[in-house]
Order: sequence, then C-alpha cells, then structure tokens
Amino acid sequence: MPDATGLELLAQEIGKHEPDAVLDTIYFRERGTILVDPAHVRAVMDVLRDAGYRFLSSVHGVDYYPDEPRLGVLYELLDMESLDRLTVKLRVDTGAPEVDSVVDVFPTANFQEREIYDMFGVVFRGHPELRRILMPEDYEGFPQRRDFPVGGEPVIFTYNQNKVPHYTE
Amino acid sequence: MSTPPRIRDRPEDIDLAPAGQQLEAAPEEQLLTINFGPVHPSTHGVLRLLVTLEGEVVRDLSPIMGYLHTGIEKTCEDKSYWKVIPVIERMDYLAYYFNAMAFCGAVEGLLGLEVPKRAQYLRVIHLELNRIMSHMVWLGTGGLELGAISIFWYAFRDKETILDLFEMSSGQRMHTRYFQVGGVIEDIPPGFEEKVRAFCAEMPRRVDQIEAILARNEIMLQRLRHTGVADERTLLGHGVTGPLLRAAGNPWDLRKAAPYSSYEDFDFRIPVGTVGDNYDRFRVRLAEVRESVRIVEQALDGLPEGPFMVEDRKVALPPRHELGTSMEALIHHFKLVTEGYRVPPGELYYAIEGPRGELGCFVRADGSGKPARVHMRDPSFVNLQAFRDMVADGYVADLIATMAMLDPVLGGVDR
Repeated sequence: MPDATGLELLAQEIGKHEPDAVLDTIYFRERGTILVDPAHVRAVMDVLRDAGYRFLSSVHGVDYYPDEPRLGVLYELLDMESLDRLTVKLRVDTGAPEVDSVVDVFPTANFQEREIYDMFGVVFRGHPELRRILMPEDYEGFPQRRDFPVGGEPVIFTYNQNKVPHYTE
Repeated sequence: MSTPPRIRDRPEDIDLAPAGQQLEAAPEEQLLTINFGPVHPSTHGVLRLLVTLEGEVVRDLSPIMGYLHTGIEKTCEDKSYWKVIPVIERMDYLAYYFNAMAFCGAVEGLLGLEVPKRAQYLRVIHLELNRIMSHMVWLGTGGLELGAISIFWYAFRDKETILDLFEMSSGQRMHTRYFQVGGVIEDIPPGFEEKVRAFCAEMPRRVDQIEAILARNEIMLQRLRHTGVADERTLLGHGVTGPLLRAAGNPWDLRKAAPYSSYEDFDFRIPVGTVGDNYDRFRVRLAEVRESVRIVEQALDGLPEGPFMVEDRKVALPPRHELGTSMEALIHHFKLVTEGYRVPPGELYYAIEGPRGELGCFVRADGSGKPARVHMRDPSFVNLQAFRDMVADGYVADLIATMAMLDPVLGGVDR
C-alpha cells in the first residue's frame, strides 16, 4: 500500500499531467484514496495506468445521501508488481450524473459500470452497451440509492396483479 | 428423389481442419442467435447466454444475468453489522466462509481490531476446507457437464465429509455464520481436530483417485485440451483472477501477495498452468486441493492457544457465564444484541483470495450501527466477462466444457 508520502507524490505526478484533476487525497487505515474531478477521471486513470496500476480490481458505486454531491464512484486499482492498492474516487450530482467510461482502458469495468448505472443511475459516457445488468430491463428507479426504500418493490400476487403499476405493459 | 449427402461416412469425408477454416469454405452459412438458458442444465443455475452461432461455431456470446438477483447489498444497509453476516454468506453459496471473511475483514479494518492469533488460524482451517468443498462441487458438476456421472458421486462424498466437519464446529452445514467480527463464534469442539486430521490424511489419496480417473481420460483430454484458451493479457484486462488466471501461467494469489489472516505462516505452493486451456484449469484446481490440505494440516499443527475472539466487550459478546455475575457484562450483552456496535465513519475495501478469485468487500460506515454501503466484488461476476473471448470461434460443445471449467456461481454473480 502506498504510504501517506507516496500518496502525495502520486497526486503530484497526476497534477503534472492534469493540473485540475486532483481535489483531495485521503489516507485512511493504511489505504490511499485520491479524490478526482469527474471531468478528468479518464485522464487520471491513464496516468495511473502508466504509473503501474494496470489492474482494475473493482468499481463501486456509493450514495452519500444526504451529503452533496450525492453519488460516488470508486475505482480500486492494483499494481501487481509492487503490490500496491489505490482507490480513485469521484463524486457526481444526481442532477447530471455523468462520468466518462474507462472500459476502453480497463475492459473489466464493463459489467461493473453497468451495475453502477443499474443501481445508482450514474451514466457512463462512451460505455459500449450501457444497459441494466441485474435488474429487469423495464425496471424504473435506481434501487441502491439511499432514498429508495427497502421493500420498495411491490410483491405481485393474484389479488393485486392489476393494481400494481407497470405490471402488464 | 435425391439421395442425402453422405456425411462422415468414409474417412476421406471427415474434414480435420479447425472449425473456423471449415466454415470459410461455406460462406452461405447463416448466423443463428439462440438463448442458452436461463434453465439450461449446464448453466450452473440461471445464467442466460445469448449465443450467435454459425453452424456449430460460436461467433458471439453475451451473458445476461440478474435472474437470481436478491438485493442482498440493499438488505445489508438495513441490518446492524453482526446481522449482515448471515445474509452476506448467501451471496456465493459455495464460498460462505469467504464471504463472511471478506465482510468481517473490512469491518475489522474500519474498527481497527486486531484478531487473536487462534481465531486467525481457525479461520484459515475453515477457509481452506471451504475451498476444497467448493472445488469438489465444481468437479462434480463440471464432470456432469462433460458426461462423467460417476465422478459426481466421488466428489460429493468428499464434499459431504467437509460439510460434516462444518456441522461439527458450528452446528450448520452451510451458511454457518461461524466467522464473527473480531474472531469466530466459538472454539472448535473436542474431537474436531482428529476428524480434520483424518480427512487431511484421506484427501490426497482421493485426489489421486480422481486424477487416476480423469487426468488421462481420453474423453476428458479431447474435451478439455486446447479448448477455451485465453491468454494472460486478455484475462488481466477482463479482471480475471483465481484459478483461471493461474491456469494461464500468472501465479497471482492474494494469500501469497498480500497475506491476510496469518497466511504468511504457512508453507504452500501456487499451482500454475502453461497454456491456459480448460485442461490447465482442471489441473490447477485439483492441485489447489492438495495445497489446501497442506495448509489445514499446518494450521492444526501450529494452532496457538488463546482467545478465539477479541476481548473488546464493545464488539464481542461477553461469555455466557459472566452474565449471571457481572452487571457490566449484562449491559454489554443487551446493547450488542439489541443495537449492535457502531463503526466509526470510513470506507474500506478488503480483498481475499476466494475459490474463484479475488473476493473483495467494500464497506462504507457512516458512524451508525448499520453499514451505509456493502458492495461485494464477486469473482464469478467479473470472470464471466472473459467468457466470450474464451469460446468465440470454437465449437458450441466446447462452450459447455469451458463453462464447466469457468465455474461461475450464479448466487455470487447476481447477489
């Protein structure tokens, strides 16, 4: 794991290529996180990839409700040679949750970005097929958002099958 | 009335050229898109594959999942931390100890807890037994898909033996809820060690028998060798980890690379393949079973004395006998059972080596008694992305063999 100094050096290295990209660095429990501007995430990922973080192990979506900007996307990068993990984090608003896709550099982000779109409604620009992946294709709403209630989906039985909205169409 | 064409009647009619080249000679073949699943018997659950075929050759494939989606990650946000463990174990239902380990590791990291050495060793014993069990289910069901019925019974016999061991240590055969945040729920019972040792003495012989049946079996060789090949670069791009990546020659294993739960104390090897075909995947998994047996034996030999749970009463339940005499213990018990413990705000991703690859759990705590977000990076979900590259331009029969050796668990894919 990069230590606190290594994290700052890495952030400066990104700053050389993309001056406005890095917003903050967080060092927590021996893990480094770089908070980036959503507009620059593609460029930052390119820089980090060249710096050795060639494996994208996971992409998470988070809803920070009630904080603003609400939605977060976290990329868990891994350097398999120096055994380093690094998190790249960005925050977007629910009003226009648009982020550039990283599928062309990290093909593994394909399903994971689709899952975040499915669950949180973050739109990944340039994704090859941005469709719902786990929920049905005609599903409405983004169920992992914090204001979407548990049990927010009505259970269909015979007695209410005509009353439940969008069941027959 | 014309006579039907004679196909493969005489030796000279049989075209031995690779599948793709044969079809180039017949460009009038039409593409056919069909659904494989979601209820196809060899899809390991409810995986639906949209397969585009040209004759018998797979030209395109796209997995469609979600049929088993149960919203476990959403459910976790409505439960206190210790109640999350039983639901999270049901994600990848063949690797329940691993799911619990990933979640407990993340929460322990957020809390800053140091797990006692004995608990770490007990975890390793159960994790490795679980890995063998998962590989035995893979072997049995994978064998069925290749038409090997008998191996199913041999593999499930050993799987049942392991489930008996789990039942002995925790009372449950599956979804045991044995791992807790801060340690394990209780110490192993008397007699458990002897049973595990007897199993460890028997298991390598069983692997020998399985290898004697399958490893040089002509049908297995024809179905598995040189099918479903994917090179290391492609696999890494798709985020594939675990036995699939190791079969392609990359010895990446989190137990060695970033040891957790005292894995650095044990001496074990990492089996790797050479070409990354289905046969390598088969041999790598079988070899892993042998290594897991070695780890279990070493963990039993070196099992340290001491507590099996952290002493911190704010996280761990007080022992039962204290409740009658200590008012503080009673209060702690009451608070833990009704409200649970609070976790300081933070975000942590904790990854371990599951039977199918990197199993990571991301937990975001907001300072309350319930996690604000739990996300599981399930290896089955990520590994499926490489499926298309493995089977494209091969025969549809090889697709089945590749799926058997890919070993996706749909409970983990859909969560």
